[in-house]
Amino acid sequence: MMEPRDLASPAPWRRLLASRPFVIGGILLVVLVLAAALAPILAPHDPLRGNFRLRLAPPGPLHWLGTDHFGRDILSRLLFGARLSLAIGAATTLASGLAGTLIGASAGYFRRLDEPLMRLMDALMAFPAILLAMAVAATLGASVGNVIIALAVATTPHTSRVVRASVLVVRELEFVEAARSIGATETRILLRHVLLNCLGPLIVRLTYVFAIAVLAEAALSYIGVGPPPPAPSFGNIIAGGRDFLVTAPWITIAPGCAIIAIVLALNLLGDGLRDVLDPRLRP
Amino acid sequence: MTTGPVLVVDGLTTELRRTTATILEGVTFSIAEGETVAVVGESGSGKSMLALAVMGLLPRAIRRTAGSIVLGGTDLAALSAGEVRARRGRDLAMIFQEPLSALNPVMRVGTQIVEVLTRRRGLPSHAARAEAIRLLGRVGIARPAERFRAFPHELSGGMRQRVMIAAALAAQPRLLIADEPTTALDVTVQAQILDLLRDLKRDIGLALMLITHDLGVVAELADRVVVLYAGRVAEIAPATTLFDSARHPYSRALLASRPRAHGPRSALVPIEGAVPTAGTMPAGCRFRPRCSLATVSCASPPPLHAAGPDHLVACWAVQ
Repeated sequence: MMEPRDLASPAPWRRLLASRPFVIGGILLVVLVLAAALAPILAPHDPLRGNFRLRLAPPGPLHWLGTDHFGRDILSRLLFGARLSLAIGAATTLASGLAGTLIGASAGYFRRLDEPLMRLMDALMAFPAILLAMAVAATLGASVGNVIIALAVATTPHTSRVVRASVLVVRELEFVEAARSIGATETRILLRHVLLNCLGPLIVRLTYVFAIAVLAEAALSYIGVGPPPPAPSFGNIIAGGRDFLVTAPWITIAPGCAIIAIVLALNLLGDGLRDVLDPRLRP
Repeated sequence: MTTGPVLVVDGLTTELRRTTATILEGVTFSIAEGETVAVVGESGSGKSMLALAVMGLLPRAIRRTAGSIVLGGTDLAALSAGEVRARRGRDLAMIFQEPLSALNPVMRVGTQIVEVLTRRRGLPSHAARAEAIRLLGRVGIARPAERFRAFPHELSGGMRQRVMIAAALAAQPRLLIADEPTTALDVTVQAQILDLLRDLKRDIGLALMLITHDLGVVAELADRVVVLYAGRVAEIAPATTLFDSARHPYSRALLASRPRAHGPRSALVPIEGAVPTAGTMPAGCRFRPRCSLATVSCASPPPLHAAGPDHLVACWAVQ
């Protein structure tokens, strides 16, 4: 399973930096996060105020990416939209990670809870994730908080499966028995010894959750159960440009590309992390 | 070296919960302070089961049905699970066969020892750190302050086993159980670890229960030997007595099956057959089907009886 390495072999972060997908994904993500964080400085216009004389203006020197049907600057909306989309993605990742760890660890470590918890997760997994998110969001009503809840509900079952699977492996390893043999309590063993060793697959899973959340937010907005307009998010901008696909395609193309960039960055990041963290793939 | 006994196991019997097949039956022996008792036998003889039973770490599928495990005057078998847990590490500790997997791979080795020191001995963190480095040095790790920060995968197998020993000794247990401590190591490292255990035994008067199937290790380290066969004690004797004049046919067969280092090369002498598994134990003496000396009287289980000073044998053929 684990090969002993001598002191000269590279440390994990060195191997991460040697992984091309991780570096490319990482740089892309940092650029995108910086753009979102610095939106108030970078944005040339107010993302919410339109100029009615310049409705549906094509990209030009004044509006680099053009304007929408209210004459609002697409670039500014995109920068502020990135904030909302990334915030929703981050919150979903956090919620899915916490709930998935709690459920997966309980099911994997305390075997009596395994059946009830995992059958519940199976029931949730029986629905396609995006359909489940739509159903939850439509039921709760359109708001940012509800979108996060909906996406967390949709992604938690798979996350809990990932955690449970790792816990099932790690709990049988000898160092758990060794910890028991020096008198560690069960809670302590679970937190310090078992969960710490399950972090690898969980982190990889969470990068994908982040990507799924950004994509799903756009889908929810597109059908009108996402964050309510006029607040810009990638999904909202695309939804707004839907009726002008032929006459003003730049409205939808720009946020579409932004979504591709974020999902690509996160997937590359996740692949790089998986290559380094998963001992089975180690050369 | 024989002061009061640290551990007295009396009539220990365990069975499989589901089938009520007995695994250990009436196991009785004791370990004195500073004494090393080796428990030997083939795979499946119940050696590791005995270690786990003493630690109170029997798998869920197995339960103790009779007998006592008295450690320093307290019967562990009568304590609650929580009370036994509180004693693990402090009164008794264990080192395992696989130094590769017995350390948490994501924690620095120093941290793993410091945890024992702060939690079991209540040392403040800076004192625990100094003590952990001292312990690492004590178990023969060069540049202990540097190794303190190493992760397990950065250490060799022998060093990991030393770290395991340091962690086991951290809480100053009275009894150390070593389950095949050298099996996974190569021969030169084995010798170093055996030297270390011998030194520790001499310096801190540690009582050691050594689980092994390696008779070479027994000869190196043990004061007394418990020969276990199919969950029953076959013979208990001082190590020298056992090697010179083992009485039980199984002990003799075990000794005869070793390769010889001196003299002309000869074919190895195996013991025909295998240890019966739980549930298929023969009535009477459990070694009967494989024994060349078996007679009609072996149909009833032989009791342990004296065969010499400090020498007990369970065999009808030995008088």
